Amino acid sequence: MTGGGFLARNIAGFTQALESVVVTEDLCHAPGLMQGLDPRIKVVTLMLFIILVGLAQDFTLLIAIFILALLLVLLSKIPIALYLKRLLIFIPIFTAVIAIPALFITPGTPLLSIAGKAVITAQGAHTAGLLIMRVVDSLSLGLLLVFTTPWTKLLQALRWLRLPSLVVDILGMTYRYIYLLLHTANSMFLARQSRTIGGFSGTENRRWLGRALVTTMVKSQYLSEEVYLAMLSRGYQGEIHTLNELTLRRRDFIWMAFALAAISLMVWSIYL
Amino acid sequence: MISLDNTLIYKAKDLYYDYLGNIPALRNICFNIGAGELVALVGANGSGKSTLLKILDGLLFPTSGELMAFGTRLSEKILETGNLAAEFRRRVGLVFQDPDVQLFSPTVWDEVTFGPLQLGISKDEVISRANETLEVLNISSLRERPPYLLSGGEKKKVSLASVLSLRPQVLLLDEPTTGLDPWSQGNLIDFLLQWADKGKALVFSTQDLDVVEEVATRIIVIGASHDIVADGMPEEFLSDSDFLLRNNLIHEHSHRHKELVHRHPHLHEHMHEH
Repeated sequence: MTGGGFLARNIAGFTQALESVVVTEDLCHAPGLMQGLDPRIKVVTLMLFIILVGLAQDFTLLIAIFILALLLVLLSKIPIALYLKRLLIFIPIFTAVIAIPALFITPGTPLLSIAGKAVITAQGAHTAGLLIMRVVDSLSLGLLLVFTTPWTKLLQALRWLRLPSLVVDILGMTYRYIYLLLHTANSMFLARQSRTIGGFSGTENRRWLGRALVTTMVKSQYLSEEVYLAMLSRGYQGEIHTLNELTLRRRDFIWMAFALAAISLMVWSIYL
Repeated sequence: MISLDNTLIYKAKDLYYDYLGNIPALRNICFNIGAGELVALVGANGSGKSTLLKILDGLLFPTSGELMAFGTRLSEKILETGNLAAEFRRRVGLVFQDPDVQLFSPTVWDEVTFGPLQLGISKDEVISRANETLEVLNISSLRERPPYLLSGGEKKKVSLASVLSLRPQVLLLDEPTTGLDPWSQGNLIDFLLQWADKGKALVFSTQDLDVVEEVATRIIVIGASHDIVADGMPEEFLSDSDFLLRNNLIHEHSHRHKELVHRHPHLHEHMHEH
């Protein structure tokens, strides 16, 4: 009898996903430091910081970048608890895949032995630590961009960076319709819960889930055909033309000067 | 060549349309629609109204028969690319029944500017048209909002705005009042009546006979057999309850008067003050 829990868990998951979209959208329009910057400048400077993180070899620099990211989070009026929560969701995934093997496979001075078989080396611990810090820094900077830039502006910036128009358009429409399909899936689960007394076995749940997936796929296919017709109806002929209304302001140049100075200083410290 | 001063906009002759080659959607459709007409397409669910609107918008093409628009026979080849296609798209706008189909752009502003931009209209003109359209429909405050965060009524208005920014001569609306509250419905009707003038044509599908009565100057009824069963002035047919019952446009209403169960066609008579 797992039906109630199964449905409730999924409904909660869908609702949380829908809410998080709304929360992120609100944060993007908060009157903070990063929200006021041109998305192109933000994408370029934060990407430069991320490249720097990849090159960094010592903890001091990586910690300095993390502190800078946290400072920018605070100045951008993003609730720090929400930010750290999002950060912590992703870190274990990357850590498990990259950092844990490094603990054991890096040759060097033995530091700790587990059950007399696996040995963690000092160099392994250092490499794993560096990898984790790099992940933390890169995610911090990535989240900063996502939390302070509306999706639509991010797409405009990607278009400006010469990412192929088709890729940008598909990304935009995917994001827009994921929200709609989340709603559809949520309604299907709610409709089933409203007709459920007690629960169903795991097998029945899996069977129902399979049918729900197929239904959602058929609906999304129908939707894609109709959307294409709606685009044709308004003159689409294979390539989407858009207005480029982004303009650079004084604050963008100030931020760019600061970011480039900081990055230069950090690069200099690496090769000093 | 699309004629620019033709008062006859559409001429449909023996249109047939089948889905998947054997599911009939339209049968033997013939009509002319001229500038200045406000045409209501009425019919029960599944009668083929939406399919007909898509054919009038050059999105679907009849299995057989001929549709002339502005003096030109519409075909897939003509509407594929080029000036003729752009001219047709500029002059005819379709508002889909489901706003989630219509609203595919990231923001309301992108949505309203989409059509004119695709048709090569200058950027200054696009911005001016988009601002004006948002203002006319009183939705300027929604400009930066993503469509998925709009209410149902707001989505309908933005859908309409996305087509009006093309400044079309022919407006095709698929069930425009469905899902709107009475206030928004009234606003939409007022807007449509203001929008229409001698040079323009409005063709809308609906099942709401009150809207037909308020807006349309002509009614085309599509029957269960997917053909036209009536075409004329709305008042000719709206008062004929037998005809409306036969075509599933009204239902027989049962209710109790003390001990007696009473059945009669369900029609609304309005009383309102001016």
